[in-house]
Amino acid sequence: MELRPDFKLIVNWIEPGSKVLDLGCGDGTLLAYLQDYRYVRAWGLEIEPDNIVACIEKGVNVIQTDIDAGLSEFDDDSFDYVVLTETLQAVYYPHRLLKEMLRVGKHGIVSFPNFGHWRSRFQMGFGGRMPVTPALPNQWYDTPNIHLCTVKDFEKFCVDLEVNVVERLVLDERHQKRSLIQLMPNLFGTNAMYRMESANYKAKL
Amino acid sequence: MPTVIPADSVGLVTPQIEAFDQPLDLEGGRVLEQYELIFETYGQLNSRKTNGILICHALSGDHHVAGYHSLDDKKPGWWETCIGPGKPIDTNKFFVVCPNNLGGCKGSTGPASKNPKTGKPYGPDFPIVTVKDWVQSQARLRDRLGIKQWAAVIGGSLGGMQALQWSIDLPESVRHAVVIAAAPKLSAQNIAFNEVARQAIQSDPDFVQGRYMENNKVPRQGLMLARMLGHITYLSDDSMREKFGRELREGKLKFGFDVEFQVESYLRYQGRSFVDRFDANTYLLMTKALDYFDPAQEYDQSLTRALSRAQAKFLVMSFTSDWRFSPARSREIVKALLDAEQDVTYSQIESAQGHDAFLLPIPNYLNAFSAYMRSVAREVCD
Repeated sequence: MELRPDFKLIVNWIEPGSKVLDLGCGDGTLLAYLQDYRYVRAWGLEIEPDNIVACIEKGVNVIQTDIDAGLSEFDDDSFDYVVLTETLQAVYYPHRLLKEMLRVGKHGIVSFPNFGHWRSRFQMGFGGRMPVTPALPNQWYDTPNIHLCTVKDFEKFCVDLEVNVVERLVLDERHQKRSLIQLMPNLFGTNAMYRMESANYKAKL
Repeated sequence: MPTVIPADSVGLVTPQIEAFDQPLDLEGGRVLEQYELIFETYGQLNSRKTNGILICHALSGDHHVAGYHSLDDKKPGWWETCIGPGKPIDTNKFFVVCPNNLGGCKGSTGPASKNPKTGKPYGPDFPIVTVKDWVQSQARLRDRLGIKQWAAVIGGSLGGMQALQWSIDLPESVRHAVVIAAAPKLSAQNIAFNEVARQAIQSDPDFVQGRYMENNKVPRQGLMLARMLGHITYLSDDSMREKFGRELREGKLKFGFDVEFQVESYLRYQGRSFVDRFDANTYLLMTKALDYFDPAQEYDQSLTRALSRAQAKFLVMSFTSDWRFSPARSREIVKALLDAEQDVTYSQIESAQGHDAFLLPIPNYLNAFSAYMRSVAREVCD
């Protein structure tokens, strides 16, 4: 199975045999891959009925739930990894969810589209209009993305929430790591991925 | 009845009976010396005997789950929606078994059966049976059929509770458990409804302490009331409003106590037709089995510990408008399964039809159910 390049990078971050929770797991592609190639014990949370069916077809565990309602059902440190791919910008309370992720999981992995990319800035700055880009293809009036942020915003957000970032990857639209992007990630990166540790877990190490 | 049986029906079916002579020790301490189970099967058992599916029925259900007994039948079996060729429980792939529960009144040994010791109907002397007892009695049927492990044990409501109990009591025997519109135990409100139903039956003068058969009586009024009450809890406020609103049978108020609103007429009809097909002592027993169901009890009140024993994968489904066993109750099961690190998928179906939704052709429900059963079939079919 050919996996999306950003998923491949996430897979590399996950230790084989660990316990994973995927928030907003979509059609279960990442979960199926993790199960088959990393031998993880994994569950996904998802709200869309069609996605639930797609997950069932793939034979992955999926719990139909609204992640905006929180993760209160899950105990502290009950997962090795809690993953949130391209979903942070679509939730009501990103700050609450990030805290919850790192309460429930020992590690958190977050990826999101970078709103600071030059294309967005150009369309906004010169065109004076809400950006529509390959990474953010929706019109402003019809988009699930209600909490867009830039690489800089997210890093400030992590500082404010006292989240301990362990690793960062900023990528182009083909999910490659180019040197130009590493130089000016907030201007040239289309997607960003972060791996973090919960304070609890770190304290215990 | 259909002039032509639909292509997606199992068609004409005939129940079978198996008799068991080995005494069955019941959870309540009594022993049932011998018993019979009536059941139906659909589809073919494969050579490795891995494609068997057990369907567990709910409070007033029976072994006639799908198909027709004769071309004169007005209705097919109670879960025709979900069982048949190409349906979620696909009889082209699976061998489906559904018994009538012990204590039932449709052919399995129950209060209306003859007590071999007295030659008279058991009536109130029939021992109280529990969900655990049903699992044990069904396990003997499974042995008789030569099946070691069910591909899936499936049930809605009280049937879902049996699927849960199977996965805990006989872990090696259950590959998948499908638990629909169920709960890990009854709430005080659930027990309260059951108690009112029982009181309705027991306070009917024709109940005669349960010995109505010997006295050639039927506690019609009591059983009818019990069913009417039950029926209200199976529907949602919305579905009742949509079905009946405040419509009047004769178009105007009569300022009396006769049937005036359509909903009254409907409930009375449901109650009356139930009396003709159900036994009051069985109703009492089934509601007690519901009340007693609490698989966590044996495991220090921990459902997680109970379900840690299971080797099955689970599909749990609930319906948004179900207030008898609401989605929150299914979530309790899901939470315990997650805490026990079990494989579990949970689907919460948007529907307005209340508890009865599990019997209805709701597309999201059938899609999720079908997808799951296809994955079961991939594992077990030749």
